[in-house]
Amino acid sequence: MKAFLILEDGTVFEGTQIGAQKEIISEIVFNTSMAGYLEVLTDPSYAGQAVCMTYPLIGNYGICREDMESRRAWPDGFIVRELSRIPSNFRCDITIQEFLKENDVPGIAGIDTRALTKILREKGTMNGMITTREYDSFEEILPKLKAYSTGKVVETVTCHKKYEVNGVTDLAQNGPISGSSRFDPKAYKDGKREKRPSLVRERNGGGLRVALLDLGAKDNIARSLAARGCDVTVYPAGTTAEEILSSFPDGIMLSNGPGDPKECTDMIAQIRKLYDSEVPIFAICLGHQLMALATGADTYKMKYGHRGGNHPVKDLESGKIYISSQNHGYVVDTGKLDPAVAVPAFINVNDGTNEGLSYTGKNIFTVQFHPEACPGPQDSGDLFARFINMMKEVKTSAAGK
Amino acid sequence: MPKNPNVKRVLVIGSGPIVIGQAAEFDYAGTQACRSLKEEGMEVILVNSNPATIMTDGDIADKVYIEPLTAKVLEQIIMKEKPDSLLPNMGGQAGLNLGMELDESGFLAEHGVKLLGTTARTIKKAEDRLEFKETMEKIGEPCAPSLVVESVEDGVAFAKKIGYPVVLRPAYTLGGSGGGIAGNQIQLEEILANGLRLSRVGQVLVERCIAGWKEIEYEVMRDSAGNCITVCNMENIDPVGVHTGDSIVVAPSQTLGDKEYQMLRSSALNIINELEITGGCNVQFALHPSSFEYCVIEVNPRVSRSSALASKATGYPIAKVAAKIALGYTLDEIKNAITGKTYASFEPALDYCVVKIPRLPFDKFITAKRTLTTQMKATGEVMSIADNFEGALMKAIRSLEQHVDCLRSNDFSDLSREELLDRMKIVDDQRIYIIAEAVRKGIDYDTIHEITMVDIWFIDKIAILTEMEEALIKGPLTIELLREAKRIEFPDNVIARLTGKDEEEIKRMRYDNGIVAAFKMVDTCAAEFAANTPYYYSVFGSETEVEETHSKKKVLVLGSGPIRIGQGIEFDYCSVHATWAFAKEGYETIIVNNNPETVSTDFDIADKLYFEPLTPEDVENIVNVEKPDGAVVQFGGQTAIKLTQSLMKMGVPILGTKAEDVDAAEDRELFDKILEETGIPRAAGGTVYTAKEAKEVANRLGYPVLVRPSYVLGGQGMQIAISDQEIEEFMAVINRYTQEHPILVDKYLQGKELEVDAVCDGTDILIPGIMEHIERTGVHSGDSISVYPARTVSEKVKETIAEYSRRLAKALHVIGLINIQFIAVGDEVYVIEVNPRSSRTVPYISKVTGIPIVDLATEVIIGKKIRELGYEPGLQPAADYYAVKMPVFSFEKIRGAEISLGPEMKSTGECLGIAKTFNEALYKAFLGAGVNLPRYKQMIITVKDADKGEAIEVAGRFEKLGYKIYATRSTAAALNEAGVKARKVNKIRQESPTVMDLILGHKIDLVIDTPTQGRDKNRDGFLIRRTAIETGIYCITAMDTAAALISSLENAASQGELHLVDIASIAKKDWSEKAL
Repeated sequence: MKAFLILEDGTVFEGTQIGAQKEIISEIVFNTSMAGYLEVLTDPSYAGQAVCMTYPLIGNYGICREDMESRRAWPDGFIVRELSRIPSNFRCDITIQEFLKENDVPGIAGIDTRALTKILREKGTMNGMITTREYDSFEEILPKLKAYSTGKVVETVTCHKKYEVNGVTDLAQNGPISGSSRFDPKAYKDGKREKRPSLVRERNGGGLRVALLDLGAKDNIARSLAARGCDVTVYPAGTTAEEILSSFPDGIMLSNGPGDPKECTDMIAQIRKLYDSEVPIFAICLGHQLMALATGADTYKMKYGHRGGNHPVKDLESGKIYISSQNHGYVVDTGKLDPAVAVPAFINVNDGTNEGLSYTGKNIFTVQFHPEACPGPQDSGDLFARFINMMKEVKTSAAGK
Repeated sequence: MPKNPNVKRVLVIGSGPIVIGQAAEFDYAGTQACRSLKEEGMEVILVNSNPATIMTDGDIADKVYIEPLTAKVLEQIIMKEKPDSLLPNMGGQAGLNLGMELDESGFLAEHGVKLLGTTARTIKKAEDRLEFKETMEKIGEPCAPSLVVESVEDGVAFAKKIGYPVVLRPAYTLGGSGGGIAGNQIQLEEILANGLRLSRVGQVLVERCIAGWKEIEYEVMRDSAGNCITVCNMENIDPVGVHTGDSIVVAPSQTLGDKEYQMLRSSALNIINELEITGGCNVQFALHPSSFEYCVIEVNPRVSRSSALASKATGYPIAKVAAKIALGYTLDEIKNAITGKTYASFEPALDYCVVKIPRLPFDKFITAKRTLTTQMKATGEVMSIADNFEGALMKAIRSLEQHVDCLRSNDFSDLSREELLDRMKIVDDQRIYIIAEAVRKGIDYDTIHEITMVDIWFIDKIAILTEMEEALIKGPLTIELLREAKRIEFPDNVIARLTGKDEEEIKRMRYDNGIVAAFKMVDTCAAEFAANTPYYYSVFGSETEVEETHSKKKVLVLGSGPIRIGQGIEFDYCSVHATWAFAKEGYETIIVNNNPETVSTDFDIADKLYFEPLTPEDVENIVNVEKPDGAVVQFGGQTAIKLTQSLMKMGVPILGTKAEDVDAAEDRELFDKILEETGIPRAAGGTVYTAKEAKEVANRLGYPVLVRPSYVLGGQGMQIAISDQEIEEFMAVINRYTQEHPILVDKYLQGKELEVDAVCDGTDILIPGIMEHIERTGVHSGDSISVYPARTVSEKVKETIAEYSRRLAKALHVIGLINIQFIAVGDEVYVIEVNPRSSRTVPYISKVTGIPIVDLATEVIIGKKIRELGYEPGLQPAADYYAVKMPVFSFEKIRGAEISLGPEMKSTGECLGIAKTFNEALYKAFLGAGVNLPRYKQMIITVKDADKGEAIEVAGRFEKLGYKIYATRSTAAALNEAGVKARKVNKIRQESPTVMDLILGHKIDLVIDTPTQGRDKNRDGFLIRRTAIETGIYCITAMDTAAALISSLENAASQGELHLVDIASIAKKDWSEKAL
């Protein structure tokens, strides 16, 4: 069936309908990752947006449910050049076509995704509609497109109830250390699926309790902490600071999440209280932006954001470059940063925008990119270890007092 | 980190002659590196024995030595030029090995020369099998269970422990020379013995066979600060078991999820960090198809064929960045030249799919085994880009120029289902066509996968292509069907063939419905950032991104496609120089080519680069968008020449020699008329189509005769026939493919073969020099040792040649380059063939004479006259130097290939010896080709009767040098009778010790074996030659070559230190004189 992508500037792309059959209006963004479409689809940060994959061949390895980063797919729509006719992977559960339908995500295939990306790059992120209806005139719909805003999406994606993710008691529970996996064909034939390899080689977070504020968290944040031994309690976004602090966590983790950070007024107020506590905090993406807003800094919307797995960020302290996984449309304005509160800790090598802050006099550091990867490079995964060390130091010095 | 201020003078080592496994990619890498170093203000001293390269041009480096790549020569150069640094990792394995040798001997330290880039310690850790394994174990990266052995016995014992099949990989060899998979002890013993000999350190790795796993490669960069990125990953469609150079490869990987992709990426970074590589590096993995288990196969701590491919596939200039890293820069300090905004510290994001297919030489070596193994056999490769896999595969297939344009081109439709199942087990270059036929016959994906281990995703893509074939055959051809066929890149001619329509009709239907190619940009970043580098590929069903440019005159330069025997890197040299010359004259330049290994497809050579197949339809798509003012075809070898007619039909003027004149040189009748008019004699002959006609002509002329198709390069299909029976045989081979043009049968004349390359402006002709071949006629010019200036022919012959050249160029209205081959029998000169285009000798003759032939030809094409350019027409005075061009072969890589020389070209590359005296030049040429004799001073001679006289003379001279001579029965008799002491050895089937035992005893320097006239039916001779080659013994099949070798050895005995010649000074001297 024919489908159309109509942008708010009036550009129309004609393609084929995929996924759920429904009309949606959303913010159109593009992601340049060449693999990891399932992780993109299940990243809650895409709530309120329709994602265009710039890599043209999508669905090649189907859907392996265990790779999902949250309980469901979040984007309003999915835009691709081509969906693979068959999936091929030993772990594949269902096809991407089935997955989109199952998750009620509509989409369009067969369009010139590069042309779309160029429009978004040049004119900036804009709203659009995916539909199978052939509109005779845009008079009616263009105003509707322009009026769309992602709104308060964090509430939609956060968990409803707090829950626990227990830390591993033995490194082997994470699966084989990357590289030392050994395949047992017999076990495989019997339907036993081995764990995928892990990069974590040290269980140094044992005994630490981390409170994770779920602003739309990808599962791998909790998993990354648990894999290092931390016991993680995941709190819904609406949890008060008092509730979190009353459980006396060793550290607080603010997650990634969707939408305009300035919409999250309530959470900003709570995060300010967390800042005022002496608990070590590590924040990612939206969490990083909210901490900045909570401490008097500002954020602004980027022309078309960073979404992909190839962005270089530089650790200003060590000078080291990490290739990072990214997904954000807003960024902290370092121009308005008060060095007495926070100083830049990471910058993007490509465009010089802020990628992380270090809070002066506090055990708080925050990053704009995604050390939890999934999809994307695992280069900065050691930041979780850094957070663990920070928690341990604070704990030790507190015990010493 | 800013660049190291102590680095000012850098010695760069090239990779030497082109051989299988080490080809044009190192000219590309080396040229890019040299330019990058010069950009940084370095003085660059270059050494490479290969004269056909761009890197050995005077304007690429400050000092250029075309000298043999031996440690001794390098030491001499270092002492003379006193570089402060040495960059060894741009010259492939050859360069790396030399750098290592100089470092290990302490020479570098002694002379204060720093090894730039990756350190010797790192190279050792990566290349030494044992150290590598230990390092991998230390960091928890798995290798297949393996053991480094130094003897056959140890190998056998270990294989018993881990079980067959086992893979064998010799240490320090290139292209996997001497490696293979052994399924049992007999095979193991054979391959292992050979591998131990070929390894520089006498080590071979025996390992668990992981054949059938997915083969995945990562190209990684690391700087001295420890920052790492991966440029690209690639997936081999052919699973582990086929050398990656012989595999069909796709980039990025298609069947890996993020989990597998990142797992291997992290592993690659882990490895490069542990090895502390600074620069580029290639890591190859085997990934179990149904688990997360993987093994590290190999690490190449240098630029490689794969890195060239990755550079072209992504737009990321690996060699350039590696050179900057070697100078001390970090990745975040190096600008991404494509976007101009971002930095080298990022990872390219592709929004297209790249397919590489190897160009295998089985059309040249029809007796060779087509099986693909871990030993590379491809001479070159093609790459294509599209926004879908099917399209990229189709484009790559038709780029090969091997009479293939779709998956039906190799027809296996007569095989039954059972036969197909059987045939699929054979891993060769036909496998993709076999799989396509299996799909057509309804064999299910799982069965195909189980046999071939090709991932079912690829099998399904092949199925999409065969389904389209069926749909087109079935019809009707609707607009929608046509649109879809074009989207997956079915060329018009294939659609026409399948639908039973003609090509014009298809084209019209397309144009009427707006189904035209669009061009997209390769920008390293999937359109995330604006890029200004116009590097394009075509797709159907999208909008075009090409910016219209019309401010300057526009010229289309057609490249030469994949490197193959007969059409090598020389033509890329010519294309690149022509492009530069046009640019200098104010033209906007556009290059079309499909070879990822070359300099011409580097993104900053022309104003615009189209990475496209070189077929009429693909070129027309470009012409429609660019509307060039003209096209040049004379620099791109036969590939470009073949497009002449089509370009004219498109209304593109051919710059330089007109198409009809090109025709006149190739068309026998027209050419004969011209010869008659100009009074130039040639060997008598005739044109034929059938074997019957051929026999008639041959009998009229009298045997021996020369048989060859017209319009071919490298003498493909050319043979000397001595009987009707041979005519039958050769005609059958030639007529395997339908011949559009007649076949030529000429009287075979035996004499001196001479050759000129000249520039003609329509009135005057400039002949830089005359080259003389050492081997007499009958050996293809590309395989002969060629000497400049001609030294054994009379002044009269030289004058005649100059005069004939002038007459021919004028009669053919040549504007630009012309190459003419002559035979001199006594003082009589006959013309053999005329090629109104560039030739393989152009780069070398340019360099020795200092006359920039391609630049001049380009100026002439634009309309300038030779005199205006400051040259006096006619034959130029001989240069101060002798230059000897020595062909280099890759016979050891192609099992079963006949090595004896004949009219069909077989060499893959060449090296040059240049010196003040002929003898020194000859010695250097042999040395450059790897003939480093004497060693054991033992040799075997077995010659045909006609050669016995010469053999006596040659053998006598060898004897004087102290050689112990073995000969077969009749040769031994002849030698002993003439007073040359020869020990008689038994023939192969006689009792031991036989000639074969001698060869296998590894104590023989040299085999001289001249096969009987025509094609050798003697299987003994064939076996002797093959065994000699495969055991690394230098094997000569023409008496002239043998005579040259002995002269060289005699001279070597008295030769002290070699005299080094800086080629750049020849070029500069000449230019400055001209400027005055």
